[in-house]
Amino acid sequence: MPDTETVALRFRDVGHTFRTRGGADVQALSRVDLEIRRHEFVAVVGPSGCGKSTLLRLVAGLIRPTEGSVELFGRAITEPPDGVGIVFQKPTLLPWLSVLDNVLFPIRHKYGRPGDDHKAAAHDLIAMVGLEGFEDRMPEELSGGMQQRAAIARALLLDPDILLMDEPFSALDALTREEMGFELQGIWNRRPKTVLFITHSVNEAVLLSDRIFVMSARPGTIVETLDVGLPRPRSVDTTVLPEMHEMAAYLRSRLLKRDDAA
Amino acid sequence: MTAAKPSGPARWLTDSRVFLPVVAFVAIIAVWEAGVRMFEIPSFLLPAPSRIVGGFGDVTVLRWIEHVWATLRVALLGYFFSIVVSVPIAVALARSELMSRMLYPILVVIQSTPVVAVAPIIIVVLGAGDTPRVVITFLITFFPIVVSTTTGMMATPPELVELSRSLRAPVAREITQIRLPYAVPYIFSALKISITLAVIGAVVAEFVAAEKGIGYFIQFSTSFFKVPQAFAGLFVLAALSISLFQIVALVQRLFFAWSLPRDTG
Repeated sequence: MPDTETVALRFRDVGHTFRTRGGADVQALSRVDLEIRRHEFVAVVGPSGCGKSTLLRLVAGLIRPTEGSVELFGRAITEPPDGVGIVFQKPTLLPWLSVLDNVLFPIRHKYGRPGDDHKAAAHDLIAMVGLEGFEDRMPEELSGGMQQRAAIARALLLDPDILLMDEPFSALDALTREEMGFELQGIWNRRPKTVLFITHSVNEAVLLSDRIFVMSARPGTIVETLDVGLPRPRSVDTTVLPEMHEMAAYLRSRLLKRDDAA
Repeated sequence: MTAAKPSGPARWLTDSRVFLPVVAFVAIIAVWEAGVRMFEIPSFLLPAPSRIVGGFGDVTVLRWIEHVWATLRVALLGYFFSIVVSVPIAVALARSELMSRMLYPILVVIQSTPVVAVAPIIIVVLGAGDTPRVVITFLITFFPIVVSTTTGMMATPPELVELSRSLRAPVAREITQIRLPYAVPYIFSALKISITLAVIGAVVAEFVAAEKGIGYFIQFSTSFFKVPQAFAGLFVLAALSISLFQIVALVQRLFFAWSLPRDTG
């Protein structure tokens, strides 16, 4: 059963200011306070350049907050923590490695040689993301959707508690994108993870997540948190529910209104 | 989606790619031969192709092999050292802003100095033997490898560098498992340029000081007005250069097939 009592991630009054090459200071995030419970699926939506990716990079420990603190299971993140998997917008598989070796890459990269147990885990993950039989194929032989499946398997190899997804399906065509959304939900059901899912798609956010954080334009901050009360598991049938459409419409108007004001 | 193997029109194209240059080549040879005969040009000015073929026979096969081996040895040694030295330099340049600021101007100065002009000085400094010739070859070949390898390493997708950092992997593995493999297509385009430069380097060195080698042979032949023989040397040199280039291309096809541009069709 998913554990939804523990707080997995906590942002305490987090701000992040970075310096551009030109020397100008840009405030990407300001006063972000949020809590994400363990095994919760949370989407972040907001206009372009609102610091969504900065949020994700703070959790990955790739950057440090310039104000406040980010805590993972109660401990401040000061360096890239264990137990965090990342899926990027592009699959970014290594073109010289087979699907299997790409999925095993985090082990080889972090520890050296993968053991038999890791290989077994990789095979399980490859089967789970629906790439059974493609283990020995090279990335360029796969479609964009299949490559992204392999990238998801790669992110899950070290069995992370937190899965960070930075617009993972935005480079895919509409149909594949929808299919991958349901696929991700299936994976999440079988292997409960705390998911921080960044997206531009209002429908995707509503369909996949438990809660949605709406961010403002730069400097980004959380302006609204929505509880998505839709029953799980969600399927194509969910997409015809009036609640889903109401929520999507509300979210869309919320995002558009702010764009007008800005 | 998946491109079919060349068939129909594609095969015709492949054929014509071989066929057309051959026709052009034969035509040039024929005009050359006819022209020389018609205007009775003496062979010490411009030998007819038939005389050049005869020029090959003026020297024994053993002597040819000696000369080819002398040039090949210097070219390959210089090329080898240039790879061994350039890749670590490229890693340093890509890794560190400090190293980049320190070394890059020096590399540009070395590259901008005409090697032909430096060659006599190097021969004087380093004396007889292969060493000065290898150094000259090295100087002419290393720059493209350094620049391309650095560019390739810098072109690594930032996501992969972030992935590496998020895993807290050792920096050495970031270089060997991500950045250097990413640079392979860049490295090979430099290796192809540099292998032909290596032959040029060896020949330049032989022009200045040598007692063997195709470069030496050409110079020696022309100084005795044995022009057909010099032309024969020239063709051997071109064949050597083309063969080496093809070998580098073959190594890439065999061992780094993924790094080749995808066929679009």
